[in-house]
Amino acid sequence: MSQTMLGYIKQDSPIHYLTGATKLICLLLFSFASMLTYDTRLLAIILIFSIVMFKVSKIQFKDVAFVVYFILVFLLLNNIAIFLFSPYEGVKIYGMRTDLFKLVGPYTVTVEQLFYQFNITLKYLSIIPMALLFMVATHPSEFAASLNRIGVSYKGAYAVAIALRYIPDVQRDYHDIAFAQQARGIDMSKKEKLSKRIKNITAILLPLIFSSLDRIETISCAMELRAFGNNKKRTWYSARPFKKGDYIAIGVATAFLVVAFLMMIKNGGRFYNPFL
Amino acid sequence: MNEKKILSIKTIVAIGIGAAVFLVLGRFAAIPTGVPNTEIQTAYAFLALMAVLYGPVAGAAIGFIGHTLKDVTAYGMPWFSWIIASAVVGLIMGLAWKKLHVSEGVFGKKEMITFNIYQIIANLIAWGLVAPTLDIVIYAEPLDKLYLQGSVAGISNIITVGVLGTALLYAYAKTRTKKGSLDKE
Amino acid sequence: MKKPVIEFKDFNFQYNAQAKPTLKHINLTIYEGEKVLIVGPSGSGKSTLSNCINGLVPFYYEGEITGSLLINGKETKNSSIFELSNEVGTVLQDPDGQFIGLTVAEDIAFKLENDCVPQEEMKERVRKASKLVEIDNQLESAPHSLSGGQKQRVNLAGVMIGDVNILLFDEPLASLDPATGKTAIELIDELQKKTGKTIIIIEHRLEDVLHQEVDRIIVMDEGTIISDTSTEELLGQSLLKDTGIREPLYITALKYAGCRVISEMKPQRIHTLQVESCKDQLVTWYADQSKELIEEKAEVILEFDKVSFGYNPQKEILKDISFKVYKGEMLSIVGKNGAGKSTLSKLVCGFFKPTKGRILFEGKDMIEDTIKERAQKIGMVMQNPNQMISQNMIFDEVALGLRVRGIGEEEVTKRVNETLKVCGLYPFRNWPISALSFGQKKRVTIAAILVLRPEMLILDEPTAGQDFKHYTEIMEFLKGLNQQGMTIIMITHDMHLMLEYTDRAIVVSEGQKVADDLTTYILTDEETINKAYLKKTSLYELALKVGIDEPRAFVKCFIDYDRRMRL
Repeated sequence: MSQTMLGYIKQDSPIHYLTGATKLICLLLFSFASMLTYDTRLLAIILIFSIVMFKVSKIQFKDVAFVVYFILVFLLLNNIAIFLFSPYEGVKIYGMRTDLFKLVGPYTVTVEQLFYQFNITLKYLSIIPMALLFMVATHPSEFAASLNRIGVSYKGAYAVAIALRYIPDVQRDYHDIAFAQQARGIDMSKKEKLSKRIKNITAILLPLIFSSLDRIETISCAMELRAFGNNKKRTWYSARPFKKGDYIAIGVATAFLVVAFLMMIKNGGRFYNPFL
Repeated sequence: MNEKKILSIKTIVAIGIGAAVFLVLGRFAAIPTGVPNTEIQTAYAFLALMAVLYGPVAGAAIGFIGHTLKDVTAYGMPWFSWIIASAVVGLIMGLAWKKLHVSEGVFGKKEMITFNIYQIIANLIAWGLVAPTLDIVIYAEPLDKLYLQGSVAGISNIITVGVLGTALLYAYAKTRTKKGSLDKE
Repeated sequence: MKKPVIEFKDFNFQYNAQAKPTLKHINLTIYEGEKVLIVGPSGSGKSTLSNCINGLVPFYYEGEITGSLLINGKETKNSSIFELSNEVGTVLQDPDGQFIGLTVAEDIAFKLENDCVPQEEMKERVRKASKLVEIDNQLESAPHSLSGGQKQRVNLAGVMIGDVNILLFDEPLASLDPATGKTAIELIDELQKKTGKTIIIIEHRLEDVLHQEVDRIIVMDEGTIISDTSTEELLGQSLLKDTGIREPLYITALKYAGCRVISEMKPQRIHTLQVESCKDQLVTWYADQSKELIEEKAEVILEFDKVSFGYNPQKEILKDISFKVYKGEMLSIVGKNGAGKSTLSKLVCGFFKPTKGRILFEGKDMIEDTIKERAQKIGMVMQNPNQMISQNMIFDEVALGLRVRGIGEEEVTKRVNETLKVCGLYPFRNWPISALSFGQKKRVTIAAILVLRPEMLILDEPTAGQDFKHYTEIMEFLKGLNQQGMTIIMITHDMHLMLEYTDRAIVVSEGQKVADDLTTYILTDEETINKAYLKKTSLYELALKVGIDEPRAFVKCFIDYDRRMRL
């Protein structure tokens, strides 16, 4: 397969010992904190903290490298786009203009713009190690139980579990169908014209849809027959009890969010302005 | 589909499988258009079909879960603004569920128009309003850029769902026509 | 006195969407601890009957019930699926659809989770149940790392854990290879002996189920029960043949030879069969059948020349495979799942390129040919027709491959009609595909390939899940194509299919070719059978029992005779 998917990697580390629910809560708290603040110092601290956590998890960088490179390329493109569309966004935000050098036409590079774009990049980057960590250090089995614990109804949580369970099956279906159709001469490659490719793709979509609808039917039956949805609650085989580490982790994450709030009040807004 | 409960087992399973299919289509069946960063997202045509078959709750949930899983497995992080937009698309298209009776084999001109009105409104709200607004709130990126991104995504999705989604619903309805009256041969 | 656990009394059922009742006047009592087999052709109502027992009818599939069905003395109409799930455990046909959990342990625990059983107790019970079906060393495994047989064990543990008294198996053999099927039947038998549970098996592969004893066989046809008797009794009658259910092959052989099969012969299994009284008749019959001529080998159409393949060089999926396919031949490729059979077909179609070796078509290396070019010469038909059909009308589906090639509509119409005639689908050309039976759909998918005029067909499990009637229909159609000169390769683990329709088989195991021989030789060779997860055919054992010198020739002779008789 040309594209790889990110999945659980087994390791023996304090991060892996945390329950899935804890990791989910922490990820959410950190996400909120880093979404909320534009304070360079805090973002930098979050980034450093996330990288340290990543190290603690004993996950090898090479296991997630393909995703990281992908994100870096995306961030680069995004930065270029921002500059093209709004070269003086930073000037607007920080209320100052310090020109560095002129490019072409209306584009002049300013210190404020650079600082603004540095902040955006930092903001995106700061959460990446945490998000990756969540993906590779949480066993999928624990995921539904975790969602249920943080208040999602167990039925909703189970829908996620079903999705995780059947992704490989659907993927296999997709490839089998694509194989069958291509072997009939229905071309999906770049050699075909766009309009034709759209038409050709229905030859894959429809069989995939019908086999998925059949699948829904079978699984529903199987779940009915094994008493799913009978009670208001359900227990989870793979749920784990909270331990000391879990409370500490949630405490730390909450602290970051509180700091983000405090900094917002102190800075009188989301941005930290070193130019003042 | 005459389900009594909002979250019947079938709806739950439809959400799960729907999300899995959404992810697989998003990752393998997106057709590049030639314009950078814009793809024909066949996943949204599928989302339209599921929303119309299983209703707004399923539509929103498939959009939300499917898009989140796609983001995290591909990029390692969820892009919340766009995920919520996907959920909104599913939700609004799902509102057409009560008006259309595709599973009984009815999908004529009138239904096609109804469906397309819903999907256009859904895409306009999601990509024209929800996604850029959330991007501003969360990432404070420049307005012009976000609205351009939003409208490109919105327009390409309107076309995708309008063409492919309508075709899928039509084909699906066709397979349902004769059922119920068929006797054993 | 035995206690009745299931009692149908003048029971009728009609689905809401159907014009006629599916079950008519069912009267059936099953007693505690019995092991009952229900057989019948597709559409006979046997699956509906089983759905009545587990409550899917009428609570999931709605319809109208008249008469009464008591389970453990309780009327099911007034019950619910949930209540019934505590009495009846169902193992469904599709082991993947029923495997809902992300790991083995979770899936086994599923019912307990729903019943809010505390985790401690759950773990203990999962451990016990998994031990019972011998899957306890795989508790952490994900479903896609398990084989079909292992998944089925998990399914079984998952229903046993609820302490149900009745176990219902809906076509448990459908997705298993012969050897695994044999083990599954042994496992069911062992469980029943250990736990004394009531067992109901629904299956049309009679011979395979009869590998272990059953107390009674119920035969269904057209929604009614037409026979309810012991195995010995039933095998002596001609009822099975009349309803289109395949008898065990050795029984058919005895009947061909003119022997009367009576219960005193203990005909339920080849091992118990007492053949003394029929010996002479069989030997005479065999002597009467003239031996067939050995066919001349024609020119080679496809050749694998030392082909190896792997996604990465360290892990080869196929190792150094060489074989030849002759023009006009009908050949089977066998081996257990994951042995590399489907990779083989993907190499032929050009989805993968061999890492070593060459694939030659009519003597020419195909390495440079694109998928589309190869599609012109070699047609590929998938196992499940639903994975290929994308059009609404039969005509359009068959025309699709031509239309994407930009062929003019006039030519398209001509060629499609021609093909539809060959496939016997012409009268249906304007039908929606959704109105067709599985077998007819399969035919549509074959037609959709034939229209491209390939010189060779590769079919993946062409008859999977089909009853005897449909099986014969599909295979005779393919045989007809073959007689018109089409080279056909079938990837299968159906032993009947191999024996009856292909002369030669290639056996793949662990990515290597382990045998390339006449099917009658392969299915009688212990070592190859074990490697390919097959089973020895009972005909061979019958021949040994009556002391025929060339048991392999006897097998071949039977097959030829049998095909002539069925036409």
